[in-house]
Amino acid sequence: MVNIVAKNMDAHKQQAGKSQPFLVFDNVKKTYDQKNLVVKGFDMQVEEGEFITLLGPSGSGKTTVLMMLAGFESVTSGDIAIKGQSINRIAPYRRNIGMVFQNYALFPHMTVAENLAYPLSVRKVAKAEIDSRVVASLKLVELDGFGGRYPGQLSGGQRQRVALARSMIFEPTLILMDEPLGALDKKLREQMQYEISRLHEQLGVTVIYVTHDQSEALSMSNRIAVFNDGVVQQCAPPAELYERPSNAFVAEFIGENNFIDGHVQSISGDQAKVVTPGGETVVAMAGQGLTENSGCRVSVRPEKLFIHPTSHDHDNEVTAAFITRIYVGDFIRYYFRLANGSEIIVKVLNDLSAPEFSEGQDGSLMWLTSDCIAFPV
Amino acid sequence: MRKFPEYFTFWHIAGHYSLRFSAYLVLVFLMLPILVIVPLSFNAEPFFTFTEGMLSLDPDAFSLRWYQAIAQDQKWTLAIWNSFVVGIAAAILATGLGTLAAVGLASPWMPFKRLITALLLSPMIVPLIIIAAGMFFFYTSFNLVSTYPGLIIAHAALGVPFVIITVTATLTGFDRSLFSAGLSLGASPTKVFFDVVIPIIRPGVISGGLFAFVTSFDEVVLVLFLAGPEQRTIPRQMFSGLREQINPTILAVATLLVLLSIALLATLELLRRRSERLRGTSD
Ligand SMILES: Nc1ncnc2c1ncn2[C@@H]1O[C@H](COP(=O)(O)OP(=O)(O)O)[C@@H](O)[C@H]1O
Ligand SMILES: [Mg+2]
Repeated sequence: MVNIVAKNMDAHKQQAGKSQPFLVFDNVKKTYDQKNLVVKGFDMQVEEGEFITLLGPSGSGKTTVLMMLAGFESVTSGDIAIKGQSINRIAPYRRNIGMVFQNYALFPHMTVAENLAYPLSVRKVAKAEIDSRVVASLKLVELDGFGGRYPGQLSGGQRQRVALARSMIFEPTLILMDEPLGALDKKLREQMQYEISRLHEQLGVTVIYVTHDQSEALSMSNRIAVFNDGVVQQCAPPAELYERPSNAFVAEFIGENNFIDGHVQSISGDQAKVVTPGGETVVAMAGQGLTENSGCRVSVRPEKLFIHPTSHDHDNEVTAAFITRIYVGDFIRYYFRLANGSEIIVKVLNDLSAPEFSEGQDGSLMWLTSDCIAFPV
Repeated sequence: MRKFPEYFTFWHIAGHYSLRFSAYLVLVFLMLPILVIVPLSFNAEPFFTFTEGMLSLDPDAFSLRWYQAIAQDQKWTLAIWNSFVVGIAAAILATGLGTLAAVGLASPWMPFKRLITALLLSPMIVPLIIIAAGMFFFYTSFNLVSTYPGLIIAHAALGVPFVIITVTATLTGFDRSLFSAGLSLGASPTKVFFDVVIPIIRPGVISGGLFAFVTSFDEVVLVLFLAGPEQRTIPRQMFSGLREQINPTILAVATLLVLLSIALLATLELLRRRSERLRGTSD
């Protein structure tokens, strides 16, 4: 007890002036086999009511973080605190955290209404109140009249709604969702993304959402923590993540990106002069940790590249050999090859100005300094 | 009759019918000894063969006298009573222990899983006569020979493997995230076990219990070793009946047992269908 109080005061001192964050991960580490760290020093602060997404490739430790928060896995070292209270030593069923599982995890032997009533009856809520809250909850997820059905009699999307409703009906302050839409088809997924966003706004609950689908993360979240190899690479709002990735992994993982290898000639202010393998000099925004006279990778998104002749502004220009172009409806994707053999993709709006090339023909690719970042290798 | 594909030659067709014929032959061979008992148990004469009257379907050649004989013979009523008491008690004990064992063995954190499984299933493999002899000497030191508790414990030990097997089978289809879901909704592990795990694996638990009951019901070796005259069960009574009082009472009892077996089989089949239905809805 004394310990917790002391810790709280410490946390308070550090936060002097600011209000205390709702949820804090403090240098959380996790190993399953006592040898390899699956989560290596995870730090994050979440404000009440935020929608935070953990985004990362499969096996990067996202589920593990969620399981530690829910209490199904122990924390190897570090601390997780909700409202200043460490939860490491609170049993999972006392944490009052709602959870939506990827495979819904609805109880197959209970009807929808019984599933929804379960967390309330466990909490000894009066029968009449349970009934009215179940009805209200079904209405919230637009499943009025489905209370008497068994989960087996529902479609995937309907089951997911029931799972959502069940995780919210006992009014937890925090809801965790582990790839909840992974099993749904694309159309249903988009519809459910909208539903989840709506419920989040309507109820003002804090959500920690896990996905490996970046478009899902970009469209739903207040902030996204990009996860790789047990470490948070960057935690920022979607637009910032897309426009100003803090390292090459994030730049490559979020959206599509071209990488041009190069050598840093000089850095002045926030800009770096980079020599490409073809001997051309380009100017790029200097990424974190970039040093002069060392190798780098210049990232530039396919939609920021233009093919000569163009009326768009440009600061940089490289020559590349045309490989092929692929028609994708509203866009055409052009594939070029640089002098060192690496491929470059250019996305061009499908209109009359889309240029024609023959294979092997050289073209000039142009872009703005502010649209490209040089990351250290 | 089914139509054969056009490429079938005479030999294909001959092969098809001889396979069928031998399959029926095996079936008849298996069923005839059981089926023949049923009409014989209604024999009006104290014989084990069909009388002329029975063959010509004369109603006077049939009677229920051997069924009445069961009800009147105190040895038989005691044996029936014993069989049910021991069988039900052993089945309940085996079901409880076997279910707990199966749930524990299904946990990913269970150490020495294979070794413990092999030990628990060993009563199915070790020859009964060895178990019986071992138990006899073991029980004498606890004064359990010729007692009801002794016989019940022994039969429960034989039934446990069946419960473990059937419950484990239903548990392999059990989605562990249902357990986590229960916890996340605020129920303690014990409550989740009774509210979620047990209802879902119930078909396996019940069929395991039925198997355990049947195992005890037709077990005779352990009874020979461990039971006194007070604990004689139906199979034990049939065994002595065959040698002491040669009359069709034994056939009447056998017919009743066949009926009981059919009822149990039907119950098992219903449970299997139910569990398949539940399984189908869980994903
Ligand atoms: N229960 C477990 N026991 C051992 N290793 C595990 C366990 N769960 C996950 N891991 C390992 O931890 C790593 C991270 O897994 P996970 O958190 O599931 O990643 P993600 O959800 O991002 O795909 C993986 O390499 C996985 O093999
Ligand atoms: Mg995962």
